Amino acid sequence: MSLSAPLARLGRTVLGMLAMVGRVALFAISTVTHLFRPPFYGREFLHALLQIGWLSLPVVGLTALFTGGALALQIYAGGSRFNAESVVPSIVAIGMTRELGPVLGGLMVAARVASSIAAEIGTMKVTEQIDALVTLSTHPMKYLTLPRVLAATLALPVLVGVGDAIGIMGGYLVGITRLEFNAAAYLKNTADFLEAWDVISGLIKGAVFGFIVATMGCFYGMHSGRGAQGVGRATKSAVVAASVLILAANYILTELFFSA
Amino acid sequence: MIELTDVHKAFGSNKVLRGVNLSIPRGTSMVIIGGSGTGKSVLLKCILGLVTPDSGTIRVDGQDVNTGDRDAFLARFGMLFQGGALFDSLTVWQNVAFRLLRGSLKRPKLEAREIAIEKLRRVGLKPEVADLFPAELSGGMQKRVGLARAIAAEPEIIFFDEPTTGLDPIMAGVINELIREIVTEMGATAMTITHDMSSVRAIADNVAMLHDGVIKWTGPVAQMDNSGDPYLDQFIHGRAEGPIEAVR
Ligand SMILES: Nc1ncnc2c1ncn2[C@@H]1O[C@H](COP(=O)(O)OP(=O)(O)OP(=O)(O)O)[C@@H](O)[C@H]1O
Ligand SMILES: [Mg+2]
Repeated sequence: MSLSAPLARLGRTVLGMLAMVGRVALFAISTVTHLFRPPFYGREFLHALLQIGWLSLPVVGLTALFTGGALALQIYAGGSRFNAESVVPSIVAIGMTRELGPVLGGLMVAARVASSIAAEIGTMKVTEQIDALVTLSTHPMKYLTLPRVLAATLALPVLVGVGDAIGIMGGYLVGITRLEFNAAAYLKNTADFLEAWDVISGLIKGAVFGFIVATMGCFYGMHSGRGAQGVGRATKSAVVAASVLILAANYILTELFFSA
Repeated sequence: MIELTDVHKAFGSNKVLRGVNLSIPRGTSMVIIGGSGTGKSVLLKCILGLVTPDSGTIRVDGQDVNTGDRDAFLARFGMLFQGGALFDSLTVWQNVAFRLLRGSLKRPKLEAREIAIEKLRRVGLKPEVADLFPAELSGGMQKRVGLARAIAAEPEIIFFDEPTTGLDPIMAGVINELIREIVTEMGATAMTITHDMSSVRAIADNVAMLHDGVIKWTGPVAQMDNSGDPYLDQFIHGRAEGPIEAVR
């Protein structure tokens, strides 16, 4: 054992990670280019839209509701330390639309959708269904990946928008029942201080997170190892990678959108 | 005409194919035999490009399979996978008619369904199974649905990976006859993997035996019994003693 052994291992790990990033990037680019080359499988797309968008509504809605409520309580507690309780409505609204709506919505969808996509495609890979698709002259990227990625990219902004509204409502409900805010004043305060860009920036984040979630689900599913263990590992990796990438992308986008 | 020249394929340190040479004339039926795990399925997948060989060339009608239009190439093939590989999100008839519902061979839905039901009948399945999902079928039924899907678009070249495994003797006979018919009547080129020696005799024009990563013996089925090859003899008679080690 020489001194250089740990270094060599570190080097191998770094190289492995870089290679992984490259492969994911190539996968994402290839997905996008398939958008511009026929055929387009509309039925698969609609099915994915239903699965990813519509069926995620309850999860995203509940997450937003409780988060908005807790946010109102915390901001009230913080604000009361320097007699600024009146900031609750506007900060709840800004916090939900800019950060918590997209990030928590994205993470919840990552848990729900990245895992199910990776498990479904991984199982298809393990049972040779992907090979069968190829022999039936159907490109797996077009038939499986593109519809899911497109659906998630389009559906997440809508989910985030709905989550924003429900989150603000959660803050409002807590505000008027627990914190003695006047209902009309709370709504007026929210409307006066919330700007269009607060909402729009959150929706753009949502689209990026949707792309990340579906791409990671498909990538790990397509590269699943053999057997049940391989599928399990692919599912776990998809959720972890999607979550971490969402948080990293969130920081980068926030820098881009809001740094002076 | 399918021609394999010196095809090698290894998975890590596991050298599966070590220089396979084989040619299958157009319109004939080739049966591949060989021990479990010798790489028969991998060989078929190499021809289809599902597995990339490490070296060697594979030509179909003189053209290298890695060049030219992949879609046009694959449109000529049908494949029955060893595990069936049915799409479990689609019903049986949608599986069988998969090719007829999309892409260049697309037809009206009703017509595709009729064709699917006719193909199901040919593999001994009743029209009632058409609307079931693959998970609702027995293993042997799934195998036959996979077979129906492989032949649905009437391809020129068909690969069958163990078509009769898991079937009762009568149904196995029906499938053997069907494969023979596809070759003699439709003029298709067939490559079949099987462990069932009665299937070999029913289906094959030519037989090839894969062992230790190479084709140990190949020739017309009629010469199989007096080949004088000790490996082939041991295999077709299922003897435990012989040059092929049966580790226990
Ligand atoms: N994708 C793969 N990755 C790693 N190894 C593989 C892969 N596919 C096949 N192998 C290995 O290649 C060898 C041959 O496999 P193959 O499936 O071709 O066997 P076979 O001859 O079809 O056997 P059987 O008659 O049991 O179906 C096996 O040792 C298997 O472990
Ligand atoms: Mg096999």
